[in-house]
Amino acid sequence: MVSVVYEAPDSIQDAVKLLATSKVKANVLAGGTDLLVQMRGQHEPRLIVDVKKIASMMAANVSADGVALGPAVPSAELSARDDIKAIFPGLVEAAYLIGSTQVQGRCSVGGNLCNSSPAADTIPALIANRAQCVIEGPDGERTVAVEDFVTGVQRNCMTKGELLTMIKLPQPAPRTSDAYLRFIPRTEMDIAVAGAGVSITLGEDGTCTDARVAIGAVAVTALLVPEAAAALIGSKLDDAALQAAADAASAASKPITDRRGTIEYRKHVVGVLVKRAAKIAAERAGG
Amino acid sequence: MSKSHITTTINGDVREFLCDPSDTLLSVLRDNLGLTGTKEGCGTGDCGACSVTVNGRLVCSCLVLGVEAEGAEIGTVEGIGSSDKLHVIQQKFLEHAALQCGICTPGLIVSTKALLEENPNPTEDEARYYLAGNLCRCTGYDKIIRAVLDSAETLRGAA
Repeated sequence: MVSVVYEAPDSIQDAVKLLATSKVKANVLAGGTDLLVQMRGQHEPRLIVDVKKIASMMAANVSADGVALGPAVPSAELSARDDIKAIFPGLVEAAYLIGSTQVQGRCSVGGNLCNSSPAADTIPALIANRAQCVIEGPDGERTVAVEDFVTGVQRNCMTKGELLTMIKLPQPAPRTSDAYLRFIPRTEMDIAVAGAGVSITLGEDGTCTDARVAIGAVAVTALLVPEAAAALIGSKLDDAALQAAADAASAASKPITDRRGTIEYRKHVVGVLVKRAAKIAAERAGG
Repeated sequence: MSKSHITTTINGDVREFLCDPSDTLLSVLRDNLGLTGTKEGCGTGDCGACSVTVNGRLVCSCLVLGVEAEGAEIGTVEGIGSSDKLHVIQQKFLEHAALQCGICTPGLIVSTKALLEENPNPTEDEARYYLAGNLCRCTGYDKIIRAVLDSAETLRGAA
């Protein structure tokens, strides 16, 4: 018999206490689309802390400061939020790319981040948008930049008892927008071979005044690529600047060869995606 | 180890059950409550055979814990149509021969109903993308999509 204990606290404080004091393996349950698959066939004692009864985990608030995204908000709910889509269309698109309609009903941006897969779709989009992760633990609260959150394949910076309580997306400068693109060999229901999230800020004359470029599925973690952003900043996003950004992204990537694609292929494709995502983000920023 | 006592609403009826905290909603529906219309295909959220709605949202019941059903409203294929009067979607699946072995059919009926409630007039592309999480290894999907679009047209006419 599997001795699994399920708790559904209604406060962050209670959730942290449960996670910190558990004598057995403790897992946070948001949408469960990764966790329940990982639990199949496992017979170890386990504590499951369902965080969906905590109001702030399931709320997304837009203010002058930006968006405070509850980590457990289901993708289906995020995709229906036109107010968030207006500010971060690329992030919402990335969340919408995860799984099927059924998976969308449960999966969340916080879950995608905490599962820490190299191919997670939302992580490059979060990095492009300067997201900050608010983490509550037994020793109090700390904030980590999203590009420092994931530390390896299915590994992240959180320690025992800690809970991701909020994803803060700062309000972008005027004439800023984002885009996320991934490549998959099918049209739907697949995992990224390569992905790119780009945020672009345009000046009044159409010059790119600021940029963030992040790439996914081409290294053990999603990567922020400052060299690619530098190639775009100061340009009018002409072909030469876009190609320089693509080359920088290809150079920064450290992919592996597996059944989804080879090293050479992924290095090339991630550059193409950066170029295309930068163009889309710029169109949106100017519009 | 103690079982959890759960009270939930399934297809409009209040139901109670006891389950282990690690039991999925799928196994509770089938094994504890005898609602075997919901099928297990892959058990990992890839095939959609176990599709149900939880508080109005389409999900895979293999990726939901039974204990999460506490206080929720669950909709399964048993709540769609009745043995003497099929739902329009069920009737259209029959008319278009949109099934062969039938394992995927309950999930497709539940998903199609959710699709048409959200979007009563889907394009073929919209229907195909929405139903991309419901795998069928027999039909090649064409007859399913015809049945879905015909259901949409009939339901719009009836509204």
